[in-house]
Amino acid sequence: MLEAYPQNRLARIVLWSFAALVMAFLMLPTLVVVPLSFSASNLLEFPPHAYSLRWYENFFGSATWMAALRTSLILGTLTALIAVPFALLACISMNRLGGKSAASIQGVLLTPSVTPGILLAIGLFFVLAAQRLVGTLFGVLVGHVVLAVPVACIVLLPALARFDWNQVQAARSLGADWARAIGEIIVPQLRLSLLSATLMAFLTSLDESVISIFVASGRNSTMPKLMFISLRDQIDPTIAAISTLWTAIVVVVVVIVALRQKSLPSRKS
Amino acid sequence: MTATVDPALLADARRERRFFLSLSLPALFIVGLAAILPILWIIRQSFLTTGGEYTVGNYAKVLSSGLTWSALVTTLELSLGTLAICIVLGTPLALALASARPRVANLLMAFVMLPLWTAILVRTYGWLVLLRRDGLVNAALTGSGLTAEPLPLVYNFTGTLIGMVHYMLPIFLLPVYAAMRDIDPNLVRAAASMGATLGQVIRTVIMPLSAGGIFSGSVIVLIYSIGFFITPAVLGGGKVNPLSTRIERALSTFQDWGSASVLGILLLVLMALIGVMLLAARRLLAQDAVAAAHA
Repeated sequence: MLEAYPQNRLARIVLWSFAALVMAFLMLPTLVVVPLSFSASNLLEFPPHAYSLRWYENFFGSATWMAALRTSLILGTLTALIAVPFALLACISMNRLGGKSAASIQGVLLTPSVTPGILLAIGLFFVLAAQRLVGTLFGVLVGHVVLAVPVACIVLLPALARFDWNQVQAARSLGADWARAIGEIIVPQLRLSLLSATLMAFLTSLDESVISIFVASGRNSTMPKLMFISLRDQIDPTIAAISTLWTAIVVVVVVIVALRQKSLPSRKS
Repeated sequence: MTATVDPALLADARRERRFFLSLSLPALFIVGLAAILPILWIIRQSFLTTGGEYTVGNYAKVLSSGLTWSALVTTLELSLGTLAICIVLGTPLALALASARPRVANLLMAFVMLPLWTAILVRTYGWLVLLRRDGLVNAALTGSGLTAEPLPLVYNFTGTLIGMVHYMLPIFLLPVYAAMRDIDPNLVRAAASMGATLGQVIRTVIMPLSAGGIFSGSVIVLIYSIGFFITPAVLGGGKVNPLSTRIERALSTFQDWGSASVLGILLLVLMALIGVMLLAARRLLAQDAVAAAHA
């Protein structure tokens, strides 16, 4: 955009140096934990003097952490399995209705993502307390699904907007009912977007901390809840090992989602 | 000419519309169950004593406490501070990315998006490691002789602000970058060919055309920032207490559901006020644009 100003080299250098500093600021906290996680010392020295896998052994050997990992993985999977079909149906509904109805539905669905987590958390805590459901997986699950639905919608709405609806019309006129049209035409063609939506819904649940902190307890504590508690008490390098593993998962998911976006134009032709 | 429509077709269209509406029901139901009902429950709870009787005592107690007002001030300081720093850091970064070649820009955007998807607790831990008294940043500062003593960078307001900016910056960047990407490069070329300096182009072409993106980004930053909990709870070290950590303390430490609910309602009111102010601001901006177009 600024190529009309080739003579302003100094300004360009200043702008890009500033941008590089800001990007370093963004990357730094994610990167710094990786070498620490392989440290042999229980001091957080940087760079570590000796390397080991003891913090990974610590993590995988701890019954508490493993129970939390199991809870988080189950929650993430269930969240994705519920949120993505709900989001797909809602997106089909919004796409076909259009206009004001679609805008109102979207407004309602987005409400949870702009509501402070702490409000959803204590509200859900009160509701669940009245039903004696605090500490159950169910309580955390509904909280995670409601946050994952808008995330899935952000992926699926544009995908449906690009979708060629004539195919559904054709199938319908040949006698396929809607269930069949959705299952055999929409779902197969949106499979890459659905995969992205599933992964992002999974990550949303995995990362969700505030609802977990208030509503999950005991055996059903999630990874973020346990990390939150241990960060408040002390800085344990086990968290560095967990963080490194977690970031590796995130990188894989982001790469998959990015590849899907790249494959979109070629899919059209 | 009036076309007569077969009533059977009309009924069909209505039935189809009802069917499409019904597809949204599962998602809407879960929002009602897990978001709207809980918020209503907070309102109900705020009028209840521990014994379950109706009272306005919770409001009297919370609103007369100095802690509440200092929590409100802290919430605003953190949110506005985060917004200001996001604008200062994010706008030039967006400009740099928008002026890069698409291939480079996409690669760099991936690096910006990685922290966005990194778990909040992972990032908070990273900042603890970096900002502690014997952390990396202080080691670099004292090692290079810039400061004689380690600086207090975490377990205080500074650390909380750093963590919040780090969380919000990629989210702020997205709409600003999108707005700048959409600017027609010919406008910049035209301005340049007529003798505008780089500064003039940025001031009179690029900034006005990305104002919408900066505004959207600012709205998102404010709305998210007022409810931040994890970052102040960990990086604030108990010394930084916005409404969110007060709510947690009322609920978890004091088992005082009434006070927690009233504080929650204050947060809701604050959100609504910010929403109304932003809508008004947008209307004013739009009027300005119309006035400018007619001038």
